[in-house]
Formats: sequence, structure tokens, C-alpha cells
Amino acid sequence: MRILKALRGFVERAWLVALVFVLWEVVTRAVNETYFPPPTRIAQALHELWFSGPASSLFLTENATDDFSTSLTHLFIGWGAAGAAGVVLGAAIGRSQVLYDMASPVLEFLRAVPPPTLLPFFIIVFQLGSTMQIVTIAFGVVWPVLLNTCDGVRTVESLQLETARVFGVGRFRRLVTIILPGAAPKIFAGLRVALSFALILMVISELFGSTAGIGSELLGAQRSFELPRMWAGIVMLGILGFVFNAVFMLLERRLLAWHIGAQRLAT
Amino acid sequence: MLQITGLTHSYGGDGLKVLDGLDLTVPDGQLVSIVGPSGCGKSTLLRCIAGLIQPTGGRLTLDGRPINGVPDDLAVVFQDYSRSLFPWLSVRDNVALPLRRRGKSRSERRAAAEEALESVGLHDAGRKYPWQLSGGMQQRVSIARALAYRPSLLLMDEPFGSVDAQTREDLEDLVLQVHRTEKMTILLVTHDIDESVYVGDRVVVLNRSPARVHADLPVGLPSVRDQIDTRGLPEFVQLRAEVGRLVRGGARVPGAAPVGAQPAGVAEAKGAGAKPAP
Repeated sequence: MRILKALRGFVERAWLVALVFVLWEVVTRAVNETYFPPPTRIAQALHELWFSGPASSLFLTENATDDFSTSLTHLFIGWGAAGAAGVVLGAAIGRSQVLYDMASPVLEFLRAVPPPTLLPFFIIVFQLGSTMQIVTIAFGVVWPVLLNTCDGVRTVESLQLETARVFGVGRFRRLVTIILPGAAPKIFAGLRVALSFALILMVISELFGSTAGIGSELLGAQRSFELPRMWAGIVMLGILGFVFNAVFMLLERRLLAWHIGAQRLAT
Repeated sequence: MLQITGLTHSYGGDGLKVLDGLDLTVPDGQLVSIVGPSGCGKSTLLRCIAGLIQPTGGRLTLDGRPINGVPDDLAVVFQDYSRSLFPWLSVRDNVALPLRRRGKSRSERRAAAEEALESVGLHDAGRKYPWQLSGGMQQRVSIARALAYRPSLLLMDEPFGSVDAQTREDLEDLVLQVHRTEKMTILLVTHDIDESVYVGDRVVVLNRSPARVHADLPVGLPSVRDQIDTRGLPEFVQLRAEVGRLVRGGARVPGAAPVGAQPAGVAEAKGAGAKPAP
């Protein structure tokens, strides 16, 4: 019975997706336009390009290990560095009124600068290559983390801070056991937004003079008119974005179980 | 011993004056109820004693040392338990958190926390989170946290203001039991006149803001109290009426003093003042 119920739930949610695919396939076949290959052709290209490798390397092709490792390394180093810097700077600025008053106009300005516009500058400073790509990602995604952390540590419940003072919890322990956990829901929201930004910036940074990575694969395919391959890159990026978000949500739900539980009771 | 002389506080420099020359002496081991009309500055008084705010005037000393910042062996139970407990820590970790500065090891802290939880009737809640408990149980956790800290002075700021009547009575009895067994000095701020008489060894009535001590009444009730019996005693009824009148702004009626009570709180304060400081 339970399996049947689960199956029904799945069908109820998935039928529209299936319908869209079928329609897409039928229409693109009927139109037969080079720029819009049918989804089966895209899947085929995706398979050939990245997933037709030997079983020993989890069916990943050499292309895949090259492209994914380059792209994902840049993405996670950039996002990780931005996350760490954002939390540290955000906490420092948020806890000090003087720093906050000084820094907030500057932060608001820097945040408003669209990160891709800095690419030409970063290319001059760091030359083409990994450093430039990582810096582009890190600089672009640090803002949501920094500003959210700032806001989070500023709005920690005052009674919780007073309680900590009354019971003699020292400065450092107050930061680690009370202020940061209290700000965690906002910090995590910032990190999640940053992760999806990071994916976008990863692709953009790879469109400039790089030889490996999903973005450069995409550009190469477009230049050699291999449209199914180009589409394969686009689809792959969509899948990655979806998976990252899903994994992050799962992590967040575990780490912030207290927040979700407390909120559910409050409403 | 807690000694307060001429305590004055205004918010925002010369702004609103909340306390105006308040004098109060509390000898060790006494349970004092502080009662007054709402908004009269009761909480400000507690915050000054706790060292959370620096009063604009007057002197506060605890065991002879002036209060400058939060005193070492002082604990507070706030009214708003849901905002004073940390939702990301388990109940046991909430209780154990302040014990680190007592120089105890991790296992000692845990054991002390469990013991304190047991003494407030929460032996199996240690692994739960505060928000998984009812309001009354959460306030018990706050009380356990204060007990585990082993303060010599416990401040309670309208601790039972947000729980239902039945729970309130249970918690009042818990405070009496704690006071009997731990022998700590307790200052309990309340706006509930019944509660102030039922729990206190002594009831201090404050004026409408700016607050000073309006009246200081010893409670002549037997030290073992019972929710039904004690509240039925003629002394209780009389004292409650007297406190009620005073809170409403009436003057003391000399003839209305409860049976067995000294004529005025001044005598009490003098007696306490004559004792040598420990």
C-alpha cells in the first residue's frame, strides 16, 4: 500500500515534467531546426561528451574529469573563501557599531557593482587562469554572506545576550556559542544565495580564455556549431544548480533543525 | 548582604526618571518579594542589581563590594524563558553553559546540569530542546540553570508572568523549596499581590514611577506554606489586603498591620544593618 501511495505521489508531481519533455521532443522533431535539437539528441550528446567512459571511472569520460574537476574546484574554492571571509568580516562589522557605520555605505556600493563587470579588471591583474576565475567567483558571492551575517549578528535576541552576560559567558564563547548560532539561519540563507551566484560566475569566468571547464566546453561547442553539445552544457549546468541547492537544503535542514522546530511551534 | 542606598536611574541621561532614591537592605538568605504597579521600575531595579545597567546615581553593594558589572555569584531568571534559553542547545547544555567559568570539566558540568534538572523535576528532559517543552517546563529549565550556577543571590524578574495558573502555583512552590534547601538570597519581582505574600519572607512595595520603597512589610506566615491552607490563613488575607492597598497607592494604615508583624519595615532594615558584614 505504501509503495503504491508513494508511486501515486510521484506520478502526481512528475506528469507535467514528462509532458513537457514529450512536447519538446515532438515539436523540435517536427520543426527540425538545427538550433533547437530534440531533447533525446541533447541527452545523447551529454552522454557522449561526459558519461560514456569506462565503468572503472564511474562512466565519466576524460573530458568529464577534466571539465568537472576544473569547474567545480574553482566553484568551491571561490565559494568557500567567500563564505569564510563573509562570515568573519560580517561578524566583525556587525558586532561593532563604529565599524558598521563606517563600512555599510562602502558595502552597499560594492554589492551594487555587477560582478561580471569586474572581469576585465581581474583579467589584467591576475591574467587568464584559475586565480582570476576563483577571485571573480569569490568577489561576486561574498556580499550576500557578508551582509546576511552582519544583519544576523546585529539582530541576535538581546535577552539571550543579557543572559550570557549574567552567567559570565566570556567574549569569545559568547560569539561562538550564542551570537553565531543565533545568526546561523540568516548566514545559511546568504550561503545558499551565494552558491547559486557562484555557479553563474563560474560559467561566465570560463567563457574567457579558458581551456577546460563546463563553460569553455559550451563556448567551444557553440563556435564549432555543435549545437547538441552546447545544449548538453546548458542542461548540465541546470542539473548542477539543482543538485547543489538540494544538497545544501538537506544540510541546512539538519544543521538548523532547532530553528525549523522552534519556528514550527511558534506559528 | 545586598545594600542599596539612594538608587536613582533615568533612561537617556536626563530623560525619564525610573528610580528615585531607593533604599533597600537584604540580609543573606532572605526571600524578598518586590511588588509594585506595572511599569514602576521593578525590572530596572533588578537590572541595576544584576549589573546589566549602570544606574545614574546611588550605591549598590553586594557583600560589601560595590556592584560594577555583573557580580560573580548572581543568577537571573527572566520572565521570557523562550527568549532567554538558547534554542540551539539541548536542555542539558543550556543548564551546563554557565558552568564553564566555574572551572569544571565537561563531565562535571553535565553531572551538575543533570542534578539541577532533577531538582526541578525534569530528570528526563536533558536531551530535549527547550522548544520541545511546555512553557512551565521551560521556566523550570531556566530555574535549573540558575540553581546549577550556585549563586548566592538569585534574581527573578516576574518569573511566572507567562505561565498558566496551575503551573504558576507549582513554580511558586518550587521556588519556596529551592529557598529552603539552597538557602540562597532571592529577590522576586512580581506584580501579583497574592504571589508576593505567598512566596516572600518580606514584601517590599514600590511607588508608582519614579520608584522608591513605599512600604516594607515582614510576612509573619509559617515558613512551610501550602497553596490551599496558607492562602486561607487570616494573616495571609489581611496582609494581602494591606499590600493591595499599598500597591494602589494608599498609605499604610498603622492598625492594619498583620498579626505578629513588626510595626514597620524600618525595624527590619535597622536590624539587618546592625549585623556585621560577612
